[in-house]
Amino acid sequence: MNETAPNQPAKNNAASQFGDRAFKGLTLLMALSVFVLIGLIGFELAHGSGIALRQFGWHFLFSSDWDPVNEKFGALPFIFGTLVSSAIGLIIAVPLSIATAVYLTELAPLWIRQPLTIFIELLAAVPSVILGLWGIFVMVPWLRGHLFPLLQKWFGFLPLFQGPIYGPSLLAGGIIIAIMILPIITSVSREILRSVPGLQREAAYALGATRWEVTRIAVLSYAKKGLFGAVILGLGRALGETMAVTMVIGNSPQIAKSLFAPGYTLASVVANEFSEATSDTYLSALFEIGLVLLGVTVLVNALAQLLLKTFAGPGVKPQH
Amino acid sequence: MKKMIFPVVGAGGLLAVALAIANSRRHLAVVGSAVLLVAQTNAPAQLINGAGSTFDYPAFTKWFEAYGAMDASVHFNYQSIGSGGGQQQLLKQTVDFGASDAPMSDDNLAKAPGKILHIPIVAGGVAVIYNLSLPGSPKLKLDGDIIANIYLGNITKWNDPKILALNPGVPLKEIPIVPVHRSDGSGTTFIFTDYLCSVNPAWADTVGKGPSVKWPAGIGLGAKGSEGVAGQIRQLTGAIGYAELAYADKNRMPFADVKNSSGNFISPAPDSVSAALATAKVPGDFRFSMVNAPGDKAYPIAGPSWVLVYQQQKDAGNGRKLVAFLKWAVTEGQKLSPALDYAPLPEEVQKRELDLLNTIKY
Repeated sequence: MNETAPNQPAKNNAASQFGDRAFKGLTLLMALSVFVLIGLIGFELAHGSGIALRQFGWHFLFSSDWDPVNEKFGALPFIFGTLVSSAIGLIIAVPLSIATAVYLTELAPLWIRQPLTIFIELLAAVPSVILGLWGIFVMVPWLRGHLFPLLQKWFGFLPLFQGPIYGPSLLAGGIIIAIMILPIITSVSREILRSVPGLQREAAYALGATRWEVTRIAVLSYAKKGLFGAVILGLGRALGETMAVTMVIGNSPQIAKSLFAPGYTLASVVANEFSEATSDTYLSALFEIGLVLLGVTVLVNALAQLLLKTFAGPGVKPQH
Repeated sequence: MKKMIFPVVGAGGLLAVALAIANSRRHLAVVGSAVLLVAQTNAPAQLINGAGSTFDYPAFTKWFEAYGAMDASVHFNYQSIGSGGGQQQLLKQTVDFGASDAPMSDDNLAKAPGKILHIPIVAGGVAVIYNLSLPGSPKLKLDGDIIANIYLGNITKWNDPKILALNPGVPLKEIPIVPVHRSDGSGTTFIFTDYLCSVNPAWADTVGKGPSVKWPAGIGLGAKGSEGVAGQIRQLTGAIGYAELAYADKNRMPFADVKNSSGNFISPAPDSVSAALATAKVPGDFRFSMVNAPGDKAYPIAGPSWVLVYQQQKDAGNGRKLVAFLKWAVTEGQKLSPALDYAPLPEEVQKRELDLLNTIKY
């Protein structure tokens, strides 16, 4: 250790300067490697989909034809399935997660907070395939026997809830995505809400706000930005979820008005058909589906970041 | 990799003995010497790699075990990644042989760096499974036209007159038919759609045949793997689907008797598939289809699975061992097939395949 007299700065010798620079360089390298990795993935996908890109062009994104025998491929039903099932998943999971996070940080008695958090994080640890198996043998029969007929009885006037009920469907896919993204949105939201400064709450109480008003005004609106970030994280997971969704969505490339109809997602078609794709065009089309999925994910994230920027004012950024 | 194990073990043994003697540990010295001895006497074994069809996987597992008991100098490694994967890996020459449920297309054969031979190795049937929850589980009789129309969406209820006509006395109710198909590409789908093409011209025009096809939109569900199809069918009353005979048998799923080209209703079983194989026309390059085969006892929905090898082998040692194994598999190995619900190859086909195997150069 360098001996320093009081009120004198530590000596800056060459050794410690080199150490600092090396550390900075190393961490910069690590950060850049993430960019490089994403770039490489994008490049490989683009390279592999060369044949399909040349053959189909933009038509690929708007065509509903998926015909391996005649080698005509179109990604529209899969894009539809991915977006719709993720949207359903978000609609179900976001209110539940944020409500759970509010309960855990504001309302729950102290002795229950840690155990409940552990249970929620346990749900995140369940492997996708296991959840899919549970979906096929437990969830889908229950949906087919109980929930779907009820929905059809109450909301059957909407075209969304008309049509034959098989069980495996876009709605079942959305529900299982909701189960998968619930833990991640809850834990990140909980962190966000916990980092809201206590002063905000006290100020609201001082102004005479009730318990709910404090939560709404001081906590939730302060944490808006961060909560939105948590939802984006959940959406990212929802878009790419493969195995659990494949097992309950019905694997039928069609765009139907009814939520009870089977659907197909971008990730599912790649998982199902990649190993048996023999011809070059077929393989290339599947690569292009992967590229489209990457594109959709990037686009949705970019849109979300844009929306985030429009939220003026202070906010707690997601720290994880 | 395997070739390195024994020299490494040998070196390790030598080190152990040296250390033991240096430290005067008698027991360790004895153990070290034993390891050394074992390492020296075991020559590195030949490793043969294969990849492809999941349909053949049970057969290969059984054959590798039986053949390994006879000839310990060769080890096999088979990855059941699917027929498409098998063909791709063979084209890239990362494996010694591929296994595929569909013959290689002319395009792919033209791309190969050498001539590829198709060697039929097993034949299997595709059972039509269904769930009707009928008392007494009566066997349903179906024909190709009905099955095709079900999957085309033209026949939508179980009490359709066409089905009732073939099954008098069976209490079929007015429940909707839900056809289930394989969502993943599969040789089973290839055989099933090949059959539908041969019995229904509308199917041949609109859908065609292949390991993956464009199933008529909005009709039925897709499930991943035979397990997925069977799982869906078990839970949905009124569902119908197709799966390998072995799978349907082992899981005790009810399957239908299908009408063959002679007009008889045949149940899928190893002998009815053998009967189909015996009457099938097998051309010189062995790329053939045996759906709707002639013959009184032939089961109409069946197909062979092929081993794909290069005629000119790269490695002489591997090539010799591979040909020896394949010669055994098409003759002696066929005796093990019926136990696994495959149909054994008939004698004449075996002889022709042995002739073909003799043309492999290494």
